[in-house]
Amino acid sequence: MNDVLDLKIKATQIRLDLINMIYESKSGHIGGSLSSADILTVLYYNVMNIDPNNPNWEERDRFILSKGHSVEAYYSVLADKGYFPKEELKTYCKFGTRLIGHPNNKIPGIEMNTGALGHGLSIAVGMALGAKMDNKSFRVFTLMGDGELAEGSNWEAAMAASHYKLNNLIGIVDRNKLQISGNTEEVMSLEPLEDKWKSFGWDVLTTDGNDIEKLIDTFNAAIASANDKPKLILAYTTKGKGVKFIENKANWHHRVPTEEEYKAAISELQELMEVYLNEQNIK
Amino acid sequence: MNNIIAPRDMFGKTLLELGEINDNIFVINADVSKATKTEEFAKKFGDRYINVGISEQNMVGVAAGLARVGFISIMSTFASFAPGRCYDQIRQSIAYSNLNVKVASTHPGLAVGPDGAMHQCLDDVALMRELPNFIVLAPSDQIETKKAVIKAIEYNGPVYIRIGRMECPIYFKEDWDFEIGKAYILKDGSDVTLIAHGSMVHIIYEASDELEKEGISVRVIDMPSIKPIDTKVIIKAAMETRGIIVAEDHFIYGGLYSAVCEVTSNFSPCIVKAIGVQDIFGESGSPLELYKKYGLTKENVILKAKEILKS
Ligand SMILES: Cc1ncc(C[n+]2csc(CCOP(=O)(O)OP(=O)(O)O)c2C)c(N)n1
Ligand SMILES: [Mg+2]
Repeated sequence: MNDVLDLKIKATQIRLDLINMIYESKSGHIGGSLSSADILTVLYYNVMNIDPNNPNWEERDRFILSKGHSVEAYYSVLADKGYFPKEELKTYCKFGTRLIGHPNNKIPGIEMNTGALGHGLSIAVGMALGAKMDNKSFRVFTLMGDGELAEGSNWEAAMAASHYKLNNLIGIVDRNKLQISGNTEEVMSLEPLEDKWKSFGWDVLTTDGNDIEKLIDTFNAAIASANDKPKLILAYTTKGKGVKFIENKANWHHRVPTEEEYKAAISELQELMEVYLNEQNIK
Repeated sequence: MNNIIAPRDMFGKTLLELGEINDNIFVINADVSKATKTEEFAKKFGDRYINVGISEQNMVGVAAGLARVGFISIMSTFASFAPGRCYDQIRQSIAYSNLNVKVASTHPGLAVGPDGAMHQCLDDVALMRELPNFIVLAPSDQIETKKAVIKAIEYNGPVYIRIGRMECPIYFKEDWDFEIGKAYILKDGSDVTLIAHGSMVHIIYEASDELEKEGISVRVIDMPSIKPIDTKVIIKAAMETRGIIVAEDHFIYGGLYSAVCEVTSNFSPCIVKAIGVQDIFGESGSPLELYKKYGLTKENVILKAKEILKS
């Protein structure tokens, strides 16, 4: 499934699924999940070489959700891809579930247990290094939060990735400019962020991280690049994307919607879905 | 006083009160001030508060530096992230350098609930207890939390305070005097001794009520000071009752259970049984569902007490 419109529909479905999960379980991280839904959709439906029927296929591209708290978007995508039954999403965070509150590699399709921030990039370095050593062609992707970049470990990994010339590694930053306690530039300023990555020896590609078409182009460009540098996709996003009253509000990092808010969120996304479906019919 | 609040709320309130009378207090946080309840302090004493963002290792160094130039540093985050994330920084820059830093961590144990094993810190007491110079406190109810925070700040040196997230019934009176290094006997008894810290105090207390109904005399000890530990109280319990049960929302390795065993095996060997999380990571669920699955229940305390009395 590669058509841009199809992927927009997919991302909207993922947003609906993740809001249902959060409302049902009364826990979760809604803002960061919504902001990364388009990135995950493009990765899983367009970019990565994967086989959900064979999650341990050796040649598969690897993905690590370094910002593990966006697990609701991740589980929704994995379920939709068929790694586990969609029904299981209803058990999210509940006692006895496999789908615990942060990614866990007992779940098919998940490589690493994450949730403590600042781990993903180092792991990605290890995997990308392993691929090179074994002459394997798989690529390694990791999605980081922007607030997460305050963890020094990311910069240790950034240094290592360029040192080892890991051009099979693609890091993505969900640049929504918010963390729990507010705006990243007020809490611990990251700018000039593009220059920081460049000075660590990375190729940096910037894009609108909530625009499916641009994301596809950016991933293609990153993959096509022939030099030996690791690639960083600085994906400018809106935290809470897709639900107007959640967008750009720090306090929606892990708030659970009330019944009224839940209904409003679902109906806003369903309206968008209608628009896309109509477009599809016209085509 | 019937207004029960969670220990972490009391931590926030106490800091606010201390901020008024002690302008040497500096509070540091790493993006989770809402959860660790230091937000109010931040609002009121903005010039003695910083949020270093999501950088716990950095937070430790900054706290140590501030302490070295004369402040009383109080750094707080979740137990998984301090000591979890920044143990080496704590070891070298706080413990070894013997600086006046208070590491105040919330969200310990299975009580964290749905977030799952990554966030359920079950090894913090073990990590902190073996560090020279550190005092380790794990208060239970809100009053004990308040007093422990006050005493930790009065004390000149490194202190780790494990602060609960679940509400706990009140066992102590406002005018009671908390001392570092002392255990508190909530009920005296002569058949069996129950010892706990933090959220498990409530559970051993409930277990004792049931055991008493069956005519068993139970000594209930709240042991907020894990280091230094109240050796006398432990030795007395070992000698005067038939055995000890130690309950904690922590791994059975390295925590209060180990600390109590170190005392009994040295001075007065007796049966000491553990209620705690075995050699396994947690999962998602409500705190009480998890307590049940992992055996942190009054039923399990009762069972073990009877085993001791049978032996
Ligand atoms: C090491 C560590 N410290 C603190 C936390 C608590 N925490 C969870 S999410 C979060 C904020 C993340 O912000 P950001 O990286 O910007 O993610 P996003 O905005 O995409 O949700 C924090 C501080 C954590 N999970 N790990
Ligand atoms: Mg962010």
